[in-house]
Order: sequence, then C-alpha cells, then structure tokens
Amino acid sequence: MARIPPPQPPHHLVEGRLGAWWELFYRYGPPRWSFYVRHAWAGERLVIAVPYLWLLLFFLIPFIIVFKMSFSEVRLAMPPYAPLWEWVSEKAVDVRLNFGNYLYLLTDDLYFSAYLYSLKVAAISTVFCLLIAYPMAYAMARSSPATRNLYLMLIILPFWTSFLLRVYAWIGLLQNNGVINSVLLALGIIDEPITMMQTDFAVFIGIVYSYLPFMILPLYSNLEKHDFTLLEAAADLGAGPVKSFLRITLPLSRPGIIAGSLLVFIPAVGEYVIPSLLGSTDQLMIGRVLADEFFANRDWPVASAVAIAMLLLLMVPIMIFQHFQSRELAGAK
Amino acid sequence: MIRSRHWFSKTGLWLGLFFLYAPIISMVVFSFNNSRLVTVWDAANSPTLKWYGELFRNEQILGAALLSIRIAAMTATGAVILGTLAGLVLVRFGPFRGRALLSGMTTAPLVMPEVITGLSLLLLFVALEQLIGWPATRDVTTITIAHITFSMAYVTIVVQSRLAGFDNSLEEAALDLGARPAKVFFRITLPLIVPAILSGWLLAFTLSWDDVVVSQFVAGPGSTTLPMVIFSKVRLGVSPDVNALATILVLIVATGVVASSIWMRRQERRREREIQMAVAANK
Repeated sequence: MARIPPPQPPHHLVEGRLGAWWELFYRYGPPRWSFYVRHAWAGERLVIAVPYLWLLLFFLIPFIIVFKMSFSEVRLAMPPYAPLWEWVSEKAVDVRLNFGNYLYLLTDDLYFSAYLYSLKVAAISTVFCLLIAYPMAYAMARSSPATRNLYLMLIILPFWTSFLLRVYAWIGLLQNNGVINSVLLALGIIDEPITMMQTDFAVFIGIVYSYLPFMILPLYSNLEKHDFTLLEAAADLGAGPVKSFLRITLPLSRPGIIAGSLLVFIPAVGEYVIPSLLGSTDQLMIGRVLADEFFANRDWPVASAVAIAMLLLLMVPIMIFQHFQSRELAGAK
Repeated sequence: MIRSRHWFSKTGLWLGLFFLYAPIISMVVFSFNNSRLVTVWDAANSPTLKWYGELFRNEQILGAALLSIRIAAMTATGAVILGTLAGLVLVRFGPFRGRALLSGMTTAPLVMPEVITGLSLLLLFVALEQLIGWPATRDVTTITIAHITFSMAYVTIVVQSRLAGFDNSLEEAALDLGARPAKVFFRITLPLIVPAILSGWLLAFTLSWDDVVVSQFVAGPGSTTLPMVIFSKVRLGVSPDVNALATILVLIVATGVVASSIWMRRQERRREREIQMAVAANK
C-alpha cells in the first residue's frame, strides 16, 4: 500500500493555542475526519483490535487480578487486602505470596462440602433438564415447519421475561400455604402441607425451570437436522421404536446433548440467585459462599480463592464446551 | 410404531410447556388478588387492580426501572457494536495471530458463573481506580461496562452463525468491483445480518435488564437497578406488587415477541419472493 502523508489541519488551527492537539486529532481522529488513518493503519487491524482490547481489558485481565488477589492477605482497610508486593527500598521488592487462603479452603469443611453439594445439585438438575427437554425438542423437530416456529416461540418467550421473577413465582407455588399445597389439600391427596420451600427439591425445580430453554434449544437445533427416513428404514428392517431410538437418534444427537448439558451444568454450579431464594440455609452452594465471603465477611482474598478453585473445577467442562462450540460454528459454514 | 413414539414426545412437549407457563400464569392470576397474603385467594374482593396502583406509586421501583431501561439500552447498543465486530472478525477474517484467544474469550462468558464475572470485574474496577483514578465511583458506567462484557458474547454467537450461513461471494464480488471494505460492510454485509443484529440487541437488552448478580458486585450505593430492588424485596418474602410488576413485564414481552416473530416471518417471505423474482427475471 502506498504511503500517504498524514493530513494537515488548516493553518489557523495549527497556529492557535491548541495547534499540537489539532495535529494529533487530524492524524488519529475518527476515520471520517482523516483520510490518512483510513489508509495507513485502519481497516482490518482496527476492526480486530476493538473487540479484542475490550475482552482483554474486561474479561481476561480481571481473572489475572482475581488470581493475584487470591494470594494476598485480608486487611481492615478499603480496599480490604494487602498488596502482593511493596517497594521496601529503591532496589528491593517485598513480595508476600500467601497460600493461606487456599489452605483455609482445604481445612475448613464448609468449602469442601459446598463444592460437593454444588456439583451434586448441578449434575442432578442437568439430568432432569435433559429428561424433560429431550422429548420436547424431539416433538418440536418432528412437527411441521409452521407449528415448529410456534413451539419455538413458546419455548423462548419465558426466557425473555425476567429470570428473577420466574424464580420468584415458584415461591408462591411451593410455599406451605402456596398453590401446590392448597390444591393437593383441597383434593384430599395430602392431610397437611408438604414442606417444599428451602429444600433441595425446590433448588432442583428452580434450576431445571430456569435453564430448560438452554437445554431445549441446542437439542432442537441438532434434532431438526436429522434425516428421519433413517428411522423408517430401521422400522422396515424390523427394529422396534426403542431399538431404533437407541441405535440411531440418540447417537446422532450426542453433540446436542453435550452442548445443552454443559450450558446447564456449568452456570448451575455457580448459581447464586436460585439457592438464595428457594434453597435452605443449612447447606450452601458455592456461589452463595463466594458472595457471602465477599459481601458479608468482606474477605476479598478468600472470595477470590473460592472463585479460582471454582474455575479450576469447571475448567474441563468449559474447555469441552468451547471445543464443541467452535466445531459447531465451523460446521455451520 | 413411529407414530406411537411421536405421541409420547408430543405429550412430553405439552407437559413441558405447562411446566414452563404454570408459574407465570399463577403470578398473573395472583396479581389481581386482593389479599396481602400472596397465595391466599380472597374471592370476595378479587379481582382488583390495587397492587397495580401501589406499584405505580412506588417511586423506588419506578426509578429503578428507568435506570434499568437506560442501562439495558446502552448495554445492548455497546454489545451489538462489539459483538458484531467480533463475529465478523471470527467468521470473515481468516486466520490471524491470537484468533484462538479471541474465540475463547467470546464463548467463555456464555457459561461463566455470574458470581465469578461479577467478582472479577469489581476487582478490576478497584484496581483501575487505584492505578489511574477511574472509575472514581461505581455507578451506571461500571454496571454498563460489566453488562456489555457478558452480553456481547451472545451477540457474537448470533452474528457468527448468521454470517456463517452466507458465503462471502457477494462481498468478494463487491471488492472486485472496486468497493472499499468499509463500503462493502455497510452496503452488503450489514443488511444481510440485520436480523441477527436486531435479535442480538434484544438479547443483550434482556440479559442486562435481568441481571442481578453482576450488578450487585459492580453497582455503587446510588445505582440500584430494578432486579436488585426486586431481589432484596423478594428475599424478605413474597409481595403482591411484585406480581403486578411481573404481569406487566410478561404482557410487554409477549406482545414484543409475537409482533417481532410476525414481522420477521413477513420479512423473510418478502426476501424469498424478491430472490425468486430476480432469478425469474434473469432467465
């Protein structure tokens, strides 16, 4: 590309008090103003740089800060932590790496049981989500294109309404004097209300309910592409419906199952709102523990250590998810 | 045989839809309930609109709602710009150094637990404040930046899959004919991905409008969004004016989704017709 001289601002601007600034503005100002920028260094690199820098600054660097923070000591000040290094004199740096936060996580039972409990809750909810979503996605994929769009809209519509309010709605349903208990009492099925709020059951319901669309949509977009004549061929060859499902549909839908399960499982492990509203206070989930360390105890270093440990725990599922996601997008081409 | 299984999954679909809608319907119904006890139906004095009246007199909720709308609109706009650029770069720019990192950074926020995103962004803002003195207070700006960061990933995915659905022959033809890349983008690529951009904007708007966890971390004392108000209200127990608020939101969302899906279908049909006519004219 031919070198183009940078544009010069008009004389009266250069000679003014802000002359140097005008020169800078003309050189690096918005492209519309400056032919030079467009030709000399704009274009692809600028287009790449904008989202790249944003994500580096607001996504990657914060994690590095959290990592750093997890090695520092808590201090009664604002901000409430001791710096990792301090200049003792002009030449010496005092570095204090403190592994105490991680040791604390290992020794205090609260954290270990919270991690285990979160994994358990997320895994069970994912399985239920899959069991509910699979028939739904299958029925959607097998219906005619017009009804398909209608169903799709019906599935997505609750997702657009507030997540918080949908979780809140379950309080009204599950309470001791709530709708479900009232109906069951009126029908004579039970004699006294069942306690459902602040139990594991309520947390499962909340997670399954909120994350169901995230399971249905990847499953649907996979099942929609299936060639259903394969099933007819299998039936012609004498395979029963169960067998042809297990041998054909299920293996073919594996990418959808994996993507949907990870989309439910990973965020569910760190879920904070649902257990705070529906769950019990005896057994905390790890997201709640992190928030409590941060907001109630103001122990930022321990909260950071909890976050790093959670990330390490989720690293493998996140990597699998990214692998599938990039393959999915490459396959769409 | 296949029919019988179809019947099974159809039932599953309808039960699932019932599961999805039952709580929403119960909220709508109980928003017209006279009793302060949210779940006890006061048949004598219901239905009533008194909770709606109470809602519209509640200045805290109204102010928070306005703030949330403002943040959501700014978030959606920012997320659409950044997300579209990221999607374009990932699909059209071919291999470049650092592409893997960019694609990783655009998909990771989709599954990142919100508490981690919130904590890490707050720590970043605190560190920035110590380093360069900005942001001096945590307010609308910090909330918006945080929201843009986690919602642009969704826009990127939507734009990416839409772009991947088109081959780039149109763009290449325009470049061959001497159009500048920027012109090609605005005249060809952008019109093609407008539906994706629109749905990305709405998606980002909803995500921001809905977010409570990240906001709680990065919000300052003077900036309480609507979900934060609802969350603190609901933690203390159910309150009937939240039901009224939910009903209004459901109404708005339902109207919007139905209208937009009708509009999109019409648009799609018109495009198909135009393509057919163009093909017929060239024969």
